[in-house]
Amino acid sequence: MLSDRAPLSLRLAATGGLLFLHLPILLIFLYAFTTEERSFTFPPPGLTTHWFTTAWYDRPDIWPPLYLSLKVAAIATSVALILGTLVAAAMTRAAFFGREQISLLILLPIALPGVITGMALRSAFGMMDIPFSTWTIILGHATFCIVIVYNNAVARMRRLSGGIMEASADLGANAFQTFRHVLLPNMGSALLAGGMLAFALSFDEVIVTIFTAGSGTGAKTLPIWMLDELIRPRQRPVTNVVAIVVFAATFFPILAAYYLTRGGSETAGMGK
Amino acid sequence: MTTSAILPARGLADRLTALFWRRPKVLLALLLTPPLLWLGVVYLGSLAALLLQSFYSIDEFSGVVKEEFTLKTYGELFRPSNFDILVRTVTMAALVTLACAALAFPIAYFAARYAKGHWKAAFYLGVMLPLWSSYLVKVYAWKLILAKEGILGWAAEQTHTGWIISGLLSIPGLEGSSLSTSPIGTFMVFVYIWLPYMILPMQAALERVPNSMLEASADLGATRGQTFRTVVLPLALPGIIAGSIFTFSLTLGDYIIPQIIGNSANFIGMAVYQLQGTAGNIPLAAAFAVVPILIMLIYLAIARRMGAFDAL
Repeated sequence: MLSDRAPLSLRLAATGGLLFLHLPILLIFLYAFTTEERSFTFPPPGLTTHWFTTAWYDRPDIWPPLYLSLKVAAIATSVALILGTLVAAAMTRAAFFGREQISLLILLPIALPGVITGMALRSAFGMMDIPFSTWTIILGHATFCIVIVYNNAVARMRRLSGGIMEASADLGANAFQTFRHVLLPNMGSALLAGGMLAFALSFDEVIVTIFTAGSGTGAKTLPIWMLDELIRPRQRPVTNVVAIVVFAATFFPILAAYYLTRGGSETAGMGK
Repeated sequence: MTTSAILPARGLADRLTALFWRRPKVLLALLLTPPLLWLGVVYLGSLAALLLQSFYSIDEFSGVVKEEFTLKTYGELFRPSNFDILVRTVTMAALVTLACAALAFPIAYFAARYAKGHWKAAFYLGVMLPLWSSYLVKVYAWKLILAKEGILGWAAEQTHTGWIISGLLSIPGLEGSSLSTSPIGTFMVFVYIWLPYMILPMQAALERVPNSMLEASADLGATRGQTFRTVVLPLALPGIIAGSIFTFSLTLGDYIIPQIIGNSANFIGMAVYQLQGTAGNIPLAAAFAVVPILIMLIYLAIARRMGAFDAL
């Protein structure tokens, strides 16, 4: 007879592991309120909300990177949404020549270390004399965001019954009407989730971005700004304040994406 | 005789629909062309450029890239100072992978086998949130933890266990003024950052182990340990290998963590970053970047033979 209760040692190890994953993030929040500017003394000597106003009013260097990051993430996500959905639609069809290779190709940008994607793009830009700009950053981001959208879209399409598409055709809808009125409403939440995850990924990306932004051209995304502050700090708690903003900007999309794709039993054509 | 559709074709959209129906390959080609153009040109094109550059060399006097085929740049990888970087990176990646597997297993096993209902969702989110939350924020958090005056040092002082940390820091090769400037710190942060990538495939593999097999094993008189070794572990192995692909590959290429935490000993990613930037030696940077590709190709080939791809 198997017991339904986990052995104590397993429960301790599992809980400990989860705590290990979460406690460091909580510390970031704590240090945003510290009165100590230069070091990481624990416990903090005092607490203040001063750094939030400082970040808002006295640090104009934060805003351009923030806007750039939002812009890059928005455009890269849009490109990835279109391309990812197209591949997903193709891949759910019957087997065709080169299907395996294509799925490998989509996966490659996140399967290989980011430094390779970055270095590869950088050497390609160098060879073709393409100057670094916002668009070179977007090019890199869109490439690895495709797989995120693809994963979400393809999972939903597999669950979608082919019957509803045939029913739509039988009722006289053409391919575009079927797409607009049948496919899109059923795919909506999966695409939204994929888009949010892609946005979060792009907003936070630094490893590829450093290679595609070029140094000193002024194109500095928020993560690159943060990295600079980590290496050459001034007003350390301000970095924490920005870190909280970055954390929130990635946290809520992820949470929303989870609830959007959870279960999925409401998908049409499932109740066969 | 043409098709006698019940509804007559009205416009371009209808005619296209008929075309897609008769020739599904046309639709397939239309769907695949834009994404394949993007990935083929932008991504594969870039990888080709990288490969090409790695066969160029740099003129030692003028610092200009000579655009002719040579293996000289690859030869430079075997210079002791460069070869050290390769060995150090691969060793770190292997150690991080092992540590991640050991830490991930209890979490994955508990979540797969014992967690129910709300707890299951909590465990899933508990792994997903750290996975997706900002990479730099997490690295930064560890800087706060490992710094000399940080929380770990404080905890050690409160519990009078500071000698453990100073003992670790006096081991030859692992020295540092604090954990944040020692290779131990680099190792810990790598393990922390990549741990969720190990948990998820492992949990997926463990979910697929049927309870009936565990019952059968118990009925046949196996102890818990025996069931674990002979039933659970072999069935979970593809998931473990799938997770190890991520932890190994990500550690191989990372250059932010060793730059911020550790004794600034070089890793492959850092070498690539520095060589293409300040040193301006793009060919050698490209050659360095090819090494993780080769290692990962070998790794993936082995993983494929062990059935890890079904667990991805």
